[in-house]
Amino acid sequence: MTVKAGTDERLASTGLARRLLIRPELGAVVGAIVVFVFFASQSETFRSANGVANWLDPASTLGIMAVAIALLMIGGEFDLSAGVLTGTTGLITVILSTRYGLPVWAAMLVALVAALLVGFLNGMIVVRTNLPSFIVTLGTFLMLQGINLGVTKALTGTVQVGGLRRAEGYEQARAALAGTFTIGETDFRVAILWWLGVTALATWVLMRTRAGNWIFAVGGDDRAARAVGVPAERTKIALFMTTATAAWLVGSILALRFTSVQANAGLGQEFVYIIAAVIGGCLLTGGYGSAVGAAVGALIFGMADKGIVFLGWDADWFKFFLGAMLLLATLANRLVRRYAEEVRH
Amino acid sequence: MTGTEKTPAAAEKTPAAAEKTPAGTGETPAGKGKAFSGPGRPGSGAPLLETRGCGKTFGGVIALRDVSTRVDAGEVTCVLGDNGAGKSTLIKILAGVHPPDSGEYLVDGAPARFTSPRDALDRGIATVYQDLAMIPLMSVWRNFFLGSEPSRGRGPFRRFDVARAKRTVREELRSMGIDIRDVDQPVGTLSGGERQSVAIARAVYFGARVLILDEPTSALGVKQAGVVLRYIAQARDRGLGVVFITHNPHHAYPIGDRFLLLNRGTSMGEYGKADVTRQEIVSLMAGGAELEQLAHELGRDEPGRDVTSRDEPGWDVTSQGGPGRAGT
Repeated sequence: MTVKAGTDERLASTGLARRLLIRPELGAVVGAIVVFVFFASQSETFRSANGVANWLDPASTLGIMAVAIALLMIGGEFDLSAGVLTGTTGLITVILSTRYGLPVWAAMLVALVAALLVGFLNGMIVVRTNLPSFIVTLGTFLMLQGINLGVTKALTGTVQVGGLRRAEGYEQARAALAGTFTIGETDFRVAILWWLGVTALATWVLMRTRAGNWIFAVGGDDRAARAVGVPAERTKIALFMTTATAAWLVGSILALRFTSVQANAGLGQEFVYIIAAVIGGCLLTGGYGSAVGAAVGALIFGMADKGIVFLGWDADWFKFFLGAMLLLATLANRLVRRYAEEVRH
Repeated sequence: MTGTEKTPAAAEKTPAAAEKTPAGTGETPAGKGKAFSGPGRPGSGAPLLETRGCGKTFGGVIALRDVSTRVDAGEVTCVLGDNGAGKSTLIKILAGVHPPDSGEYLVDGAPARFTSPRDALDRGIATVYQDLAMIPLMSVWRNFFLGSEPSRGRGPFRRFDVARAKRTVREELRSMGIDIRDVDQPVGTLSGGERQSVAIARAVYFGARVLILDEPTSALGVKQAGVVLRYIAQARDRGLGVVFITHNPHHAYPIGDRFLLLNRGTSMGEYGKADVTRQEIVSLMAGGAELEQLAHELGRDEPGRDVTSRDEPGWDVTSQGGPGRAGT
């Protein structure tokens, strides 16, 4: 009745093609190739080294956030406050180092502590009250937005703070987070390396550590995970603090690059992060997804964002593209989910 | 009426328990009184688990009253009862979810006071719940080690030993005779029976001495239920004590050594296998009179035909629990 030795004859039905199909990042990789081929064939600038450096730049900061949000979404939660938090952390860094004379590194440290606190509170409220994280972080999102504008206006009378260039330690910090490195004759942003590093680290955590197993578990079935002793609350709070840390990193990168921060910085980005994660194969319901996929999702965004400009199209088409990609990705994900959850009694 | 083929798969699928007691043959002295409350079987010392007059109330509701039973190593204690009989409350007491309000709960002969399922687990009492055994989107090996992942390396480089996990799962499942195509496939693609089997193998691997199975066969088809019963027999043969909760006497009878019948939160007696027949269990569970009443209601008005005849196999309306009959 059963075949024990050698390969199981029933494995034939789950061949390589199907195995690849259930990889969460597959859709994003195919999408990225299609988008690249399309723009590269239409625009010479797009495929030149400078062009590549150009579209990798927006992909990198978006990618760092998308990867962190992907981890959180695999863990079954959302964070709508992440976008505005990039603004908050940037504002804290700039205000403390320009108005209160703190060295840039010290100001960034304070911003990091603030970000971790926001992440901790988000996580704590979500796990303790069992409210949907969508609502909880929508609340923090609005509160942070208010704080960003209110405090900035009260301190400067305008809606931006600047002058970071004159602060102590600026050059070092800029070199580490917002500088460039050269390959051949082309300058690439350092943020690209951070993006790759964050993606590699997240993938390692997800696939090769106990914490990664817990993240999949709390997103897949919170109750079942608890029943076998997974510290679900700690895992979720840690995930919220991870997105907050990513927001701090991106906020710092952008603040150092532009030396000034608008009070409404990061506003509206929260959905872009989620969209990139979803294109990368994350399910909205949690328990499934990949960090590499989210990074590739961000890459698609970067290419489309700059590619449309290179082709001389109206930038408004970017939004159309965004929506179409999201719809396609969600449809593809639904098929994957059906396959994976299919139960045969 | 398809009488003969209603014999549940369990009977023919479980080689461990020969089944040979049609109703009415020979010795059935147990009757309806308390039976088998006496000393344990030969060779058994203190039972692994024992409850003495356990009760539990939730607010004003008495969920369980004065229930005594025991679980010995290498034996299967079946807890039978219809919906609302108190089965779930009893497992929750055994699993350490609720402490009993009255009576005693003994583990290895000594009183135990568990404050969480983790405490019970640490004493080797593992519970496999019907609905939350596994996470569908995760692979078999990830599920198997969830919460107790083997790791290697130290400090920040401590990592999930994936190779070892996969190898162990493959070996463990094979040694239990569980035939899973591929440990990398998501648990959601397994059948319900396979899922329960993996959960049982997991509990056995992690050193369970007592396995509490909450309705493991209730949502399964005939064939799948047979598969699960076979793994329960495997676990028993390895010397584990098994508590098998079910509302299906046809699944319980072939494998059980001891039958605790619950009805409306109270015990209707505990019976050894030798003391009771399957038909008696069916009848006790449903409350014989109620069932006869039902048979009257459902039967056709054919003069001269005795619809309540006990020998008629078609009357056991409680056989093969459907999906609507899940846990209480």
